[in-house]
Amino acid sequence: MLELNAQTIAFFVFALFSLAGAVGVVSSKNLIHGALYLIVSLFGGAGFFVLLSAPFMAVVQVLVYIGAIAILIIFAVMLTRSMTNMTELFNRQWWMSGIVGILLFVLLTIGVILPVWGENGINPSQPVSDNVATTEDLGVALVDGNQYVLPFQVASLLLTAAMIGAIVLARDTDTE
Amino acid sequence: MSVVNEWAFIGVFMALAWVLPAAPLAISWIFRPRRPNAIKMQTYECGVETVGDTWVQFKVQYYIYGLVFLVFDVELIFLFPWAMAYNQLDFFAFAAGLLFIFLLTDALIYAWKKNALEWA
Amino acid sequence: MEQQCINVIETMAPCLTSSGVDPGLAQFISIFIGVILVAIFPLVLVIILIWLERKIAARVQDRIGPNRVGPFGLFQNIADAVKLIIKEDITPAGADRLIYNLAPIIATLSTTLMWAVIPFSPVHIGVDLSIGVLYFTAIGSIGTLAIMMAGWSSNNKYALLGAFRVVAQLVSYEIPMVLALLVPVMIAGTLSMQGIVVAQLGMWFIVPAFLSAVIFYISNLAETGRAPFDLIEAESELVAGYNIEYSGMKFGLFMANEFMHAFTANLLFAVIFLGGWSGPGATQLPVLGFVYLFIKTLIVYIPSLILRATVPRVRIDQMMSFNWKFLVPVAIVNVIMVAFLIQVTKAVGLAPAPGETDFLAHLPQSVILLLGNLVVIAGILTYLRGIGRKARLESTVVAKAHDVPQVAAH
Repeated sequence: MLELNAQTIAFFVFALFSLAGAVGVVSSKNLIHGALYLIVSLFGGAGFFVLLSAPFMAVVQVLVYIGAIAILIIFAVMLTRSMTNMTELFNRQWWMSGIVGILLFVLLTIGVILPVWGENGINPSQPVSDNVATTEDLGVALVDGNQYVLPFQVASLLLTAAMIGAIVLARDTDTE
Repeated sequence: MSVVNEWAFIGVFMALAWVLPAAPLAISWIFRPRRPNAIKMQTYECGVETVGDTWVQFKVQYYIYGLVFLVFDVELIFLFPWAMAYNQLDFFAFAAGLLFIFLLTDALIYAWKKNALEWA
Repeated sequence: MEQQCINVIETMAPCLTSSGVDPGLAQFISIFIGVILVAIFPLVLVIILIWLERKIAARVQDRIGPNRVGPFGLFQNIADAVKLIIKEDITPAGADRLIYNLAPIIATLSTTLMWAVIPFSPVHIGVDLSIGVLYFTAIGSIGTLAIMMAGWSSNNKYALLGAFRVVAQLVSYEIPMVLALLVPVMIAGTLSMQGIVVAQLGMWFIVPAFLSAVIFYISNLAETGRAPFDLIEAESELVAGYNIEYSGMKFGLFMANEFMHAFTANLLFAVIFLGGWSGPGATQLPVLGFVYLFIKTLIVYIPSLILRATVPRVRIDQMMSFNWKFLVPVAIVNVIMVAFLIQVTKAVGLAPAPGETDFLAHLPQSVILLLGNLVVIAGILTYLRGIGRKARLESTVVAKAHDVPQVAAH
């Protein structure tokens, strides 16, 4: 069923990183440790991109998520003082969140994963094709009038809005 | 598949190359003296006793620099495929890229004028 | 079969396969040996780098520098390394042990990982990733994370403060650095390092991308924490910044990492802007490629050492305004200018065909781009002159206003 070659081993290693990192984020008592576990998990995600022959996305993941967003999360954690001792991991409604989590998992499996990759699905056990688009194709697509030039510009508008919003929120209001 | 094979080198590198800095640390662990006493283990504060909590009052300015960096980082991520394919493209690509960069320069000018970039 | 084993480094996998080893295992062995070589080389090089730095700083300061241990003091660093190994490692109370120990390893790992994509010669390269240039930037950002970890885990106010400032500096100067990298990528049309070097066989990119080279060089100085941006190790200000609580070999690793990082950044400069291994005879004799690359790196590295010994340090707020209010706008204008001129030269028909290695075919486009660069530089200098003149006029007006009450009192 599953052949044991280097790619499968790499897949399981990255899956371990992602899941263990995610579990660590949720269950660690120290917020900074949680941020570092998040970095491990994001790193696993970058590994998956490489396995899917999308090295550009892997590098983007490391550069933006780990190099910028994780550092911002660490900065934000340091803005609060009570970060080292979280005494309670569970609140009193933990059973309800457990039910919701299991329900979500079942929903995802039945609604998304099985119809596509299951036995009677659209493309069962489809191997990764050799016909991969390169970063150059992405570049051509981003400015092609028939393809993605509009989302390209909308993305820059979104980034502008994000920056303006962040500055408005974080600005000292008495130095107007 | 060859893309994945290329990255196998990086994967093996990451798995192995941390041994090289860890080796001097391990050698040091074997050879160094261990004489801990309470005074040596104290936190350093220019030779006097520590005053107050260890956590400093965090300046919001660091966070703003990080935010502006994040926005520009994502902009650069969009610009890299554009730059890669630039040689094969025509003036329309230049105009699209120019509009993109112009909108983000707008954001930078806004941040500048609102004194968000001051180390105050 | 023996023919395949002649050029062992390049064809190790086929050589092993043809002598009966399983192909997957042969591939793995060749990768393994490649990794070991590429990872050890910078660590060995650091010894010579630190010696070079101390000698040059000493000569600038009119003294001799280390000259007792070994001929010309060459073994001084080995003695220093031995001293650091046998020093006691004082971990402060309350430090977060795992992160405290992990930070120097991750910092050194990030610098060593950069060497995996550097093309040393037409055939010798760790791996020619299709996105080599972005890979460099991403790995550099992991180094930033290691510094944050070091500063936080030391349980020390000054280490944390120092780490914040360092991270703010490193993160800010990454923007002009990557913006400046966009220009060679545009001219070469590829992100792979070997591709960029091959595209420079006609003309080194320092000619068409001169302003980008300058911006990249300055950002490199800031990113690696070299003078005049060496607030990171401002001994007189924050004691030792994020390094305060580190002693012994961990401190040694941080120091070695700093020198290695500076050299690696200059190596990247040499590869991207000075043509890497290209030079007369490099394609026939790959060893010459090594030699050319290192000579070019030293040509850019030694000025940074001299700068370190000569130039005073800038303040953190000056550093930040310099970045966000000067370097980033200049880098943006540079990208727009180069993009425009490339389209113009393509429309006029002066652009060289991709893969062209003739110097004369590259000349028209390079000259046009160089002129564009010089126009932008002239514009910037004029603007700066205007601002400087305005500031001078203001200060004389203020001085004169202060003179008046004294005259009236008499």
